[in-house]
Amino acid sequence: MSGGVGLVQTQQAVLFDEDRPLRLESGARLAPVEVAYETYGRLDEDGANAVFVCHALTGDAHAAGHHGDPSRPGWWDNLIGPGRPLDTDRFFVVCANLLGGCKGTTGPGSIDPATGRPYGLRFPQLSVGDFVTVHRALVRHLGIRRLLAAIGGSLGGMQVLQWAIDHPGEMHGAIVIAASARLSAQNIAFSAVAREAILRDPDFNGGDYYDGPRPDRGLALARMIAHITYLSEASMRAKFGRRIQDADEPRYGFDVDFEVESYLHHQGRSFVERFDANSYLYLTRAMDYFDPFGDPVQTARRLAKVDTRFLVLSFDTDWRFSTEHSREIVRTLTAARVPVTFREISAPHGHDSFLLPIPEYHRTVAGYLDRLAAETTA
Amino acid sequence: MRPDLHLVAALVGRDARVLDLGCGDGALLEHLITRQGCAGHGIERSADGFHACVARGVPVSQRDLEDELAHLGAGEFDCVVLSQTLPSMRRPAQVLADMRRIAPRRVVSLPNFGHWRLRAQLALQGRMPQSRTLPHPWYETPNIHLCTLRDFELLAAEAGLRVVRRIPLDEDGRPAPRWVRAAPNLLAAGAVYLLED
Repeated sequence: MSGGVGLVQTQQAVLFDEDRPLRLESGARLAPVEVAYETYGRLDEDGANAVFVCHALTGDAHAAGHHGDPSRPGWWDNLIGPGRPLDTDRFFVVCANLLGGCKGTTGPGSIDPATGRPYGLRFPQLSVGDFVTVHRALVRHLGIRRLLAAIGGSLGGMQVLQWAIDHPGEMHGAIVIAASARLSAQNIAFSAVAREAILRDPDFNGGDYYDGPRPDRGLALARMIAHITYLSEASMRAKFGRRIQDADEPRYGFDVDFEVESYLHHQGRSFVERFDANSYLYLTRAMDYFDPFGDPVQTARRLAKVDTRFLVLSFDTDWRFSTEHSREIVRTLTAARVPVTFREISAPHGHDSFLLPIPEYHRTVAGYLDRLAAETTA
Repeated sequence: MRPDLHLVAALVGRDARVLDLGCGDGALLEHLITRQGCAGHGIERSADGFHACVARGVPVSQRDLEDELAHLGAGEFDCVVLSQTLPSMRRPAQVLADMRRIAPRRVVSLPNFGHWRLRAQLALQGRMPQSRTLPHPWYETPNIHLCTLRDFELLAAEAGLRVVRRIPLDEDGRPAPRWVRAAPNLLAAGAVYLLED
């Protein structure tokens, strides 16, 4: 792959303070709210070439380029850069860490000014709409007049959907990938088991673990459970089969023996290095409650005002948010006369496909952005 | 845009929610959206067609339309279009039934296998016919369920669809001259139909 955006830095901005606190959908107020974000490319003089990237559950602001080691690029580096679908020669790309996250944006691990200690579970409950409120504040802070597009996969796509339907006129296009308008009972079940693993960790201590040992076992287990849902059965079979780790013969015990076990343990271990258990609780809970089309009457009324066009993409082997989830979004929007383009991409990698450089997938995103850009400059 | 598509567009009308089944490169939908104020959506199986629609800014789903039809609810659209696509359907009767369910207005354009030139080829040369409207040789045609206009009208009637308008076409897809109306099943190369309940 040709060179990406190169060396980048995460930046910080305080977007809400005591005088102007963040009002959450629950009615709670939060201040200060600091946001970690990165930008790539240059904002046009008329502030109309910006593409906002919404990250998924465990992502962060570092979507592209690198922080000093080119072999460790951002999580969506294959999509963002000169000549890539989010072409930084043409577009001003912004990615921010979510509210409630743990990678530089205010979250349950941040200091509560009322107590001088980390919030823990005293942090207010969040909704996807609250994530969007903070993104919008960042957009204003950066002097962006109107987004050319917002794009996101999984929970990122859910933010894009919420944003586009709640705030007409703020983006020309919305690109919603491997997402859902409403988690299924199965989705919530996986989410519940993952949270339970954290809550039952003896080191969880009611969320007040920042001074002592952390609930790493619970968080690792949560990640292991979730990671299974990110891969397809076929990709797991191809990647691991029934192979035994570092040996030809099984060892017949309860220690890690199969390669797939070793892989999941590795995923769990590396995850606890970079993620906060309380953030995991808050963000997964916001996903569970997400239901922007819940009330049909209200939905019809809101969608009547939407002037954003949508691209909805799913992957045929994704069983976390299967194509049926995307079709539900397409059906609801189309019935309300909102222009939607939809495609199911064939790829063997399950839910994780949205992070991978699949040619037809990237071609579709690039073609769609081309068209959006042509429409806005015409 | 192909001449027959102008006829289809005229039958669709203005400001309608339109579903174009097998929308190809999206030319008809682009016309309906930009010129007639319609809210359009296309279903297209081919990747090339899909990308062409994206480039035109035409909303499209890349799907097999017969699979997709089953998922669409009653009355989701004001008008559904099936243009030069029926003969390639696996289950044409089911497609018509689905179209009836989805929208109150249905516009269908199709080639006429009863056209005299095709009949003559079969009768005199003993070969499977080819024409400007049906250019493919028999072994690589997408058309697996060819029919005459009369065949189609009988199937439409069985599906509970009433022919409100029938515009016979010449071999260029233009409205056929008046005299063709005397015997369209023999003289027309195709037709555009408006079907209602």
